[in-house]
Formats: sequence, structure tokens, C-alpha cells
Amino acid sequence: MATSLSAYLTVAGILFAIGVAGIFLNRKNVIIILMSIELMLLAVNINFVAFSMFLQDLVGQVFAFMVLTVAAAEAAIGLAILVTFFRNRGDIAVTSANTMRN
Amino acid sequence: MGFADVAFTVFALFTVVSGLGVILARNPVHSVLMLILAFISTAGLFVLLGAEYLAFLLVVVYVGAVAVLFLFVVMMLDVDFAELRADYMRYAPLGALVAVGLVVQIGMMVAVWQIPDEAVAARQQPTEVMRDTSGEQLNNAEQLGQVLYTEYVHFFQIAGLVLLVAMIGAILLTFRERRGIKTQDVGEQVGRKREDSVEVVSVPTGRGI
Repeated sequence: MATSLSAYLTVAGILFAIGVAGIFLNRKNVIIILMSIELMLLAVNINFVAFSMFLQDLVGQVFAFMVLTVAAAEAAIGLAILVTFFRNRGDIAVTSANTMRN
Repeated sequence: MGFADVAFTVFALFTVVSGLGVILARNPVHSVLMLILAFISTAGLFVLLGAEYLAFLLVVVYVGAVAVLFLFVVMMLDVDFAELRADYMRYAPLGALVAVGLVVQIGMMVAVWQIPDEAVAARQQPTEVMRDTSGEQLNNAEQLGQVLYTEYVHFFQIAGLVLLVAMIGAILLTFRERRGIKTQDVGEQVGRKREDSVEVVSVPTGRGI
């Protein structure tokens, strides 16, 4: 492995920050928010795999595998909720989503 | 600068730029395509690290399933995305502030962080390289299988359970029972008994029913 560990950590950090900024930027568009969460989980995965290869320990990759599973499940459930929400309300503006509160 | 460094730079740049594309694109379809590009370039980073199995998984699961699911939903929902972007710039300063703050903090952490002695020791004595019966070194997928199906088999089972719950949940959330339509009810057809459907009437000769 030629490239240093901190280079990978930096890329992952930047990607995570992009994901956080995406949630702030697209506060109304819940599809983009879900994609931003995917980006953040991807950044976490880069960290896991980088550390795993750096420390020569496979546990990191097993954990990245778990993160991948949870991310896929989260995307499926999130999009299902989104489709149901759209079917009930006719739009996906999450800022006006207060059905549970009222 | 060797080939690996050049490849790392290219993949890292693609990852970051496509990540920016995801959150900045005007059209959500472009966002999804940028997300696919981010996944593929991250898979490239994983290959550079030597984690080929996770790179494969990323391409198959994320690009093949999750991103396509996103694409379906984006194209299926008839939403006015321009309206959703109306006060897009309202939170831009805050978002930029948080993002820059995060990058600076993580950068400081990475710059100041010393690799602990245990890590160096662990690196100098890596876990025993797994070999097959003929003494050949196992590849990444085989090594991962060796630990995943033995030491971490419970995690593996729990992952399957998570996916099962997600599948049932997604089906339950989106399933819509439509009433009042005439469809074939196979159960009712199969459950039909001779007694409820056929009646034998003895007709007296010459008089009709």
C-alpha cells in the first residue's frame, strides 16, 4: 500500500463533510438528504477499510460489511417511507411534515 | 510518484467531486448519477487498498441495487424539484460553515494524530497470513470468508435479519390492497367443495322442475 493512511482519512473526512453540507443545503428535498446519508456512510466505510488494511486486521472489513448492509436496509426503508409519504400527501416537502405531531 | 499514487489521486478527486455533484446538482437524476460515480470511484479506492471483495460488493450492492432504487424513486415521483430548491441558498452559508468546520477539525485530527504504539506493533506482527492447503496465500474474499463464517457468524446472521426486516418493512409500507376489483381468488377456487356447488335434483318424469 503506497499511499499513506492519512490520505485516505482526509478523503473520507472531506466526503463526510460533503454529506453533512448536503443535508443542510437540501433541507426540503428528502431524496437528496437520503443520498447525503449514503455519502456519509460511504465515508465511514472508507475509514474502516483504510484502517483495516493499515493494521492488517480483517475485522475492519467485516464491520464495513455490516455498515453496507445497514445502509442498504436504510435506503430501502427510507425510500419506501418516501413513496408512502408522497402517495398520501402529493409532495415530498419534509419541512411541512408534521402529521405525527398534530 | 508511482502508479498507485496517481491512481489514488484520480479516484480521490473523482470521489470528492462527484460527492459535491450529488449535493449541488440541479436535477435529482444527475444527483443519482453522481452518487453512482462516487460509489464507483470509492470502489477504486478499495481496490487500491487491497479490499477487493468490498469493492465488488460496493459495485454490486450500491450501484446495482441502491442507486437504481434511488433512480426509480426519483423518476417515479412526480415532484416539482424546482420548487423544492426555491430557498436553496437560505441554508447555504450555514451548511458551508458546518462543512468547512468539519473538514478543518478532521484535518487537524489527522494531522496531529500519532499512530499509537500498539498499532505499529500490530502492523509489524500482522495476523497470520491465511494460506490454503497447498500453501498459496488466500485472496481478500477468501480471507474475509474465513473470518466471516467462523468468528463473526453471528454478525453475519444479524445482517441477514436486518435485510429481512428491511425487506418486509419496505413491502408492508408500499403494499396497497386495492378493494373492489374483480380478480381471481385462487384460494377460494381451490377450496370449493362439491357439496356447496353441485346439487343433485331428482326430476319426476314428465313434469319438469
